[in-house]
Formats: sequence, C-alpha cells, structure tokens
Amino acid sequence: MDVSSTTDTHPTPVTTSTSADPDTLVQLLDPQGRRLDHPRYAGWAAHLDDDAVRGLYRDMVLTRRFDAEATSLQRQGELGLWPPSLGQEAAQVGSGRALAAQDFVFPSYREHGVALTRGLDVRALLRVFRGIEHGGWDPKAHNFHLYSFVIGSHALHATGYAMGVQRDGDVGTGEPDRDRAVVVYVGDGATSQGDVHEAMVFAAVTNAPVVFVCQNNQWAISVPTAGQARVPLSRRGDGVGIPSVRVDGNDVLATYAVTAEALDRARSGGGPTFIEAYTYRMGAHTTSDDPTRYRTREEEESWRQRDPIDRVRAYLGRAGRADAEFFAAVEAEAEELGRSTREYCRALTASPATAMFESVYAARHPLVEEERAAFEAYQASFAEPTRDDELHAPVSDARAAVAL
Amino acid sequence: MRRDPKVLLMGEDIGPLGGVFRVTDGLHREFGPQRVVDTPLAESGIIGTAVGLAMAGYRPVCEIQFDGFIFPGFDQITTQLAKLTYRSGGRVPMPVVIRVPYGGGIGAIEHHSESPEALFAHTAGLRVISPAAPADAFTMIQQAIASPDPVLFFEPKARYWDKAEVDVEAPVDLSEEAVSTGLHAARVVRPGTDVTLAGYGPTVKTLLAAADAAEQEGHSLEVIDLRSISPLDVATVAASVRRTGRLVVAHEAPVFFGAGAELAARIGEQCFYDLEAPVLRVGGFHMPYPASVHEEEYLPGLDRVLDAVDRSLAH
Repeated sequence: MDVSSTTDTHPTPVTTSTSADPDTLVQLLDPQGRRLDHPRYAGWAAHLDDDAVRGLYRDMVLTRRFDAEATSLQRQGELGLWPPSLGQEAAQVGSGRALAAQDFVFPSYREHGVALTRGLDVRALLRVFRGIEHGGWDPKAHNFHLYSFVIGSHALHATGYAMGVQRDGDVGTGEPDRDRAVVVYVGDGATSQGDVHEAMVFAAVTNAPVVFVCQNNQWAISVPTAGQARVPLSRRGDGVGIPSVRVDGNDVLATYAVTAEALDRARSGGGPTFIEAYTYRMGAHTTSDDPTRYRTREEEESWRQRDPIDRVRAYLGRAGRADAEFFAAVEAEAEELGRSTREYCRALTASPATAMFESVYAARHPLVEEERAAFEAYQASFAEPTRDDELHAPVSDARAAVAL
Repeated sequence: MRRDPKVLLMGEDIGPLGGVFRVTDGLHREFGPQRVVDTPLAESGIIGTAVGLAMAGYRPVCEIQFDGFIFPGFDQITTQLAKLTYRSGGRVPMPVVIRVPYGGGIGAIEHHSESPEALFAHTAGLRVISPAAPADAFTMIQQAIASPDPVLFFEPKARYWDKAEVDVEAPVDLSEEAVSTGLHAARVVRPGTDVTLAGYGPTVKTLLAAADAAEQEGHSLEVIDLRSISPLDVATVAASVRRTGRLVVAHEAPVFFGAGAELAARIGEQCFYDLEAPVLRVGGFHMPYPASVHEEEYLPGLDRVLDAVDRSLAH
C-alpha cells in the first residue's frame, strides 16, 4: 500500500476472514517425524527440500548447544542470569528462517535461535547477561534489535517501526528485495500487558506490516497460560481485527509456513498477523527460578515426547534424507560452538568505569559532563588501584540471581 | 515540518480538530494524516510507537492531551525512550519530542492541572524544558525537534492565551551547540540587585509581576527564566546569587522533591559564602492538585512570592 497517497485518516477496517481457525493447531510434521498435508499452509513449506530441512535441523541443534553452554556458564558463575530456550528451537528457527534479510526483528529476551538465523554471532548475547553491556550488538547489522526486558514494551516499538516502513513506501511495491516486514516476539505472559494490546490496536488500525509471534511456552515464570487467558491466545488477534493463526510451535516446518504466509501478507500491504506458536519451555524461565515448584515431571515428560529436534531427526533419518555423516558433522559443529562460547564468555572483560558515562545522551549534556569530571578527579585522587578497579575486573564470582 | 519530511506529529484529536488546545490547528490539512496522526486513545501506544518510528529514522512529536494523562505512557518514557540511546551504546538515538500541556490556573477538573516535570527530570536520558513566552516557545520547539535526544516539552497551558510578537521568519539556531547547550541555558529576563527570583514556564510571568510590585516598595528583584528543568543551568543562577546574595525559587509543582529543591541544594553548595539568607522555595503543597476552587491558594501567586521575598530580606 502506498500510504503517501492515502487521504483517509481512518483506513477501512480489515476483515478477519483471513484468519485460520484459532482453536486448531497447524501442523506439517508430526511428533513421529511424518510430514503432513495442510490445505492452506503446506504450500508455504513445499519448497523446503531435504537440504533446507537439514539446514533447519542444524540451526536447531546449534541453538540448543549454545543455550546449554550458556546455562552451564551461568551455573559456573560466569553469567549473572540466563533465560534458556530449550524446547523452543522450532518456534524460533522456523519463524526466523522465514524472514527475508530486509525484515526487522524485535526480540524479547529468549530469542537465541532467532538471533542465530539472523546471522548474529550468538555469543554476543552473553555480553548482556555477563553484565558487560546493556545492548551487546548493533541492531542494524542484522536487522535484529536489542533484547527487551520490560515485558511487551517492544511490541509497540515494532509496530512504530512498521509504521515507519509504511511511510518509507517499502510495502506493497511488489519488489521482493524492497518490501519489508517487521516481526516482534512476545511470550504468553506478555499478551496480558497493555502495551501488547495497544500495539495490536495500533497495528490493526494503521494496517502496519508487523507480525506478532507469540511463543506460548505455557509458563509465564510460574503462572500457566490459564492464568493469562481463558481462550486460545490467538483469539486476541481476532478481537482487534488482526488475522490470527495457531501453530504447533514444536513443528519447525509449520512454524516456517505460517510465518512465511504472514510475512508475505505484511510485505504486500495486507497488514498485521498474530501467530500463536504453541510450544513448551523445557527449562526454567531464567536460571533464577525452579520449575519443580510449579509444574510436574509428568507434564515435562509429555512435552519431551514432542521434542522439536527429535521429530526432524526422525524425518531426516527416515528414507535416508540425511546420513550418519551429516548428523555427526552437525554434532561436531555444535560442540565447536559450545567450546568457543565458553572461551568467548571467559574472555569478556569490562570497559573502564568511565565508559558508563557515555551515551547517556546523544548530544552534549552539562550534568553528565560535570559528574564524569568529578568521578575522574575522584579516581585520580587514588595513587593505588581502587576498589572500583576490582569491582570491574572480569566477572568470576557467582552473582546474586535476579529474576526477570 | 516543511523543512524535514521525517518530522511527524502524533496524538489524540490533533488532526481535523487541531488538538484540544488547537496547537496543531491547520497542520492536518497541510500535511495530511500520515504526518499529523490521530492516534488511538492510548498514551503508552503513542510513546511506544514513536520510539519505533524514531528507530526507523523518523522524528515524532507526540502530544499528550493533558499533564495528568501522561502516566499511562510513563513506563515507555522512563524505561524505553530514556534508556535506548544508553543501552545501545549510542547506536540508537531517540529524537522524540513529547509535548505536554501542564500546570493549573485555568479552572480545570481533576487530572487536568498537574506539574509532573520533576518525575521526568529525575530520569537520566530525558531533557525537560518549558517555555515561558511566545517567542521562546517558537524557538524552543524547533530546537527540541532538532535535538537527537528525547525532550519533554512542557507547555504552560495557563499561558496559551498570552500574545506577543513573534518573528516567524527569523532564523532559529538549530546547530548542535544551540540544541545541546543553548536550548537549556537560563535567561535573566529582568535584572535586579536585591533578590534573585528563579522559575520556569507559567511562574515566570508571576515572578515578573512580583518584581514590578516589589519595585514600588523600593526592592530591586532579578528574575531568571530557567527555561530548562533538566539539565538545570545552575551557573546562570549562581552568578546572579553572587550579586544579590538571595534566592527565591518558585514553581507550580509541589515543593517537596521538586526542581526548586535541586536548585536550592546546588546554590547552597556553590554560593554558601555569598548567601545572605537561606534559599527559599515557593510552590505547590504536598497533596494532589486540589479542586479548582482552591487553586488560587495552591499556586505560587504574587503574594506568596512577595512573602518569600520579605522573609529572605528579613535575614
């Protein structure tokens, strides 16, 4: 849609006729690794040949290995906190691989698998959790924004960014390298936040090219989805007029397909989509909590049977779509990523304490300059290394864990 | 807006209506609905989408309809807008302006007369300014929009009806220096020798009236328009206090933990041996803004300012 030619203040409301059945999970690969047909979505994954599926498998294995390493590093006191992504690899890799390079992603704080699909060096994620930086990477380098820790706040940023994409005229031109979409990842708990609801309202009435990917991992820290909603979360999209779909989030092909369709609609001017990726967080919310206090072994075991990686492995192993050599190579690559992650993490050191005064403002600010000068004078008044120097030595002690 | 196509306005009822105070009157007709955006009725949504638009290279100017309605957007302002430049190591500037009609004196109902500026001045990453006169408002809004940092632009609604000559053709200095430092420089708007009066926004007019009245009694009062609450131009006030030895600071917001407290503390530090009297503050009481029947007593009017001047001179 060329918004510059739009003269109507309030666009015609979109209908919800493009919604899939919000109560039915879209599935293209069952837990036994059998590929399924789907009248609407199979076509969106039809081009994924064995090579492509092997690629999805690799991404998921690497994500899991990286995540396992980061979890271990936190346990060893090398990270202040870590939000594990174990179990959510398909929801993240499937949706992430459906994106085009020019699309822009607003992650929450657990999208390690999405980061990997964007080509980001995932090890950079540790800079945040080791307390070296608040950001850690350049959002523009891979069109992957910084992690967001205020639940749901970034849904509005994504929608605003998508409104900017509209104004840039990068929607509905039909040029595949120009049309852009924006994707925001939120959790099931975030759907209760006003900001997420407001973002959906803004997206709906402006017809913004934004796709909401809600990874319903069943638990908002210790509160189950039933504590957030009495209907499938996907119905929240319908409420504001956003086409919505509910997908098996442990099925990488289905997640890929529904995201690809939603992105295509966004880029071509069809507006926003809400995707509920129904999945499960196998680990803790963060390394600060203890899932045994709020859920059962039986529940975890039942989800283990639906593991997102196992089913792709079964699919590839059947009929020889991948041989032992392939699986071994992926395993070796994952081990190397784990090793280098450990090395990278331990080598991270703090910048000088004066760096904390930088970038408070983009332009000169007298108060920051005054306080920085006073701090530098104070530091210079010590002849010997200061307590501050010790505080900013490489992190090696286990830190007080703080729940997000 | 004519100069920079990336500038756009967002807010409730700012389109065909021109805003409830008509500040954006005519702009919708000239620039259309994509640049003068009538948003859904959601303050967090307005600020949060403005953050995203700024990331996409736009310069949003948000209007919050009334001071007391900024709080649904408070989270986006303080946890997101104020911090994104910092947490991104300077990679993501936030050139967003938030216009807030504020202050009392217009006989409004609850939530329509508040002065929440100190809440934002306490938050690093934000700039908080308030014009006191038409010409300054014309200059300051342009510099605020040119600023690469988020600016809370508090418009004294009791002064919306003040009229003065404004040379709209005169060039406005939008240089980096003018925007980052000059925008926030306080201004001596009336020289005097006996007591320094400092205020911003709606109180400057009151302070000037107090200086007029004091002159009849033989006292020469210097009046400073602070213009900016964060950063605070302490140097200009300190230079004045070194001459007069006395300072009275006034604002409509409650005195407790207000902008006046910060100024008083800093002047105490810098001018201890120059002061002939303690720095005195005049402002709102520690209560929600009262019903309008009492606002004349609540606001720092002429008499309360002159009373503070007398107390200062009595030392």
